[in-house]
Amino acid sequence: MLGLKHKHIFLLPGLIVLVAIIIFPLLFTIRVSFSSWDVVKPGLDWIGGQNYTRLFEDGRFWEALRRLSFMAVGSVLLQYALGFGLALLVWRDVLMKRFVRVLFLVPMMTTPVIMSVVWRTILHESLGPANDIVQLLGFEPVTWLSTAGMAMVSVILVETWQWTPFMFLLLLAGLLSLPRDPYMAAAIDGAGPFRTFFSVTFPLMAPISIGAIMIRLIEASKIMETIYVLTSGGPGTATETSSYYIYIRGMRDYQIGYSATLSITYLVIMIISLTIIAKILTRNIARD
Amino acid sequence: MRTLYLTFKYGAILLWSSFVALPFLWALTTSFKTANGVTGGATYIPWLQYKPSLEGWKVLVRSGGQGIDIVQPYISSIIVTLSASIISMALGTLAAYGLARFTYKVGFVKNSDITFFFISQRIMPPIVLSIPFFLMLQFLGLLDSIPGLILVYVALLLPIATWVMVDFFSNVPKEMDEMAMIDGCTPVGAFLRVVLPNSIPGIVVGGLFCIIFGWNDFFFAFTLTFTKTQLLPVAVVALNSSVTPWWSLSASALVSVAPLVIIAFVVERFLSSGNLAGAIR
Repeated sequence: MLGLKHKHIFLLPGLIVLVAIIIFPLLFTIRVSFSSWDVVKPGLDWIGGQNYTRLFEDGRFWEALRRLSFMAVGSVLLQYALGFGLALLVWRDVLMKRFVRVLFLVPMMTTPVIMSVVWRTILHESLGPANDIVQLLGFEPVTWLSTAGMAMVSVILVETWQWTPFMFLLLLAGLLSLPRDPYMAAAIDGAGPFRTFFSVTFPLMAPISIGAIMIRLIEASKIMETIYVLTSGGPGTATETSSYYIYIRGMRDYQIGYSATLSITYLVIMIISLTIIAKILTRNIARD
Repeated sequence: MRTLYLTFKYGAILLWSSFVALPFLWALTTSFKTANGVTGGATYIPWLQYKPSLEGWKVLVRSGGQGIDIVQPYISSIIVTLSASIISMALGTLAAYGLARFTYKVGFVKNSDITFFFISQRIMPPIVLSIPFFLMLQFLGLLDSIPGLILVYVALLLPIATWVMVDFFSNVPKEMDEMAMIDGCTPVGAFLRVVLPNSIPGIVVGGLFCIIFGWNDFFFAFTLTFTKTQLLPVAVVALNSSVTPWWSLSASALVSVAPLVIIAFVVERFLSSGNLAGAIR
């Protein structure tokens, strides 16, 4: 068969399609990043590393990257803690088990950008229910989206609503696949619920936890739609993340060349830092 | 002690359930409001606090000037999501089976590197790809069209399909396909006749994940379409202007997310039967 072995029939179609769709854009972006392509002079010229020098002095990019790291790590850890807690709550016997589990899963199935629009009406400072509830509880109305600190909190709040269910799903699937023997041993030893959790459940869940955290970190690093709808990066640039900044430069200002430089730099930083995080996390379980 | 624990447990469940349900309940009640019901501040109970109207729902199916017609975007979204998911699952299942069963070696590139290449595509931020995709589709004459979107979504979903299926096949005993091959099947025959029918749980889970991520994507639909083709998320977000008609916005949001809520039931079923653990790790 044209020298094709059987095994290639399986792998090649998918591999070729993926390479064809991904490699061209990637190589093209690298090439564009060395050009001055913008709205005035569209087209591929060669300006060497000028865009890269500009990037190093672009405080707004590094600021957005710093903000993204904080937002991604902070919200993923929050989602992990909440997701683990929720999974433990409905792991064993619980009233209306199926209903509760389905309800807890629902947000991750819904379209983030559409739910962000709904959240925007909820967080509306004079007409939304969020401030209505806050005032009912006897507090001052909150400036959910118009002050820097609170806008950040609101974005994390919506992200947490949307993505805690994903953590919950991965961790509950993990809990349900745990072996029974260690629990019997712990029960025989007379370990209480806290001892059992810290010396049996948590260590057994470590590989699954790390997998879940890595998957979520990768997804969270792309955070964009929530910000686009809720705050448009504002007030000012208070909630602007890397993706959003690249979007502004590329799609709003049409600085195609410079936004390609930002994209490539951002991608390289992302790959390096996620690899380092993955290495650190896996080494820590290996030591335990 | 036991009562305290149960109070805490059900208190926590109730609290989180309310948080989860809040946007849906709010959208539901808002969808029956009119301008009067919205501008007076937050209200919740129809008849008692505001006069309900069906206007928000009616404009969804009315085309032309006073309507927003989400029927067409709905159909386009279904076509794009299903086509891209089916293509991705077909290619992904094949590739994953290959990666889980055979050894590939090209220079220093091994199976694990190829698997990593597939999965690593998830790291790629959509913004990095959007401009080249734009130019690529323009070159192919597929900009602002359904085939163009399907092509892009395959790139988006193929890594997910492969990731789920590689893990799934690594947990399926090899003996199964070896037996089939001893019985005279070719590897392809063994795959089609024996492996595939036994992989339904993995295929369902992988397919559902593809549908979730395909249906919920906004960014590519937003940057690669303009007037001819419109997908659902773009149509709904277009309503999010300065003077937002909250009622039709809420109604369209509910209609858009409704089909995927059904998926939550299916996923839970797999979760409870223990089939998910193997499929998503």
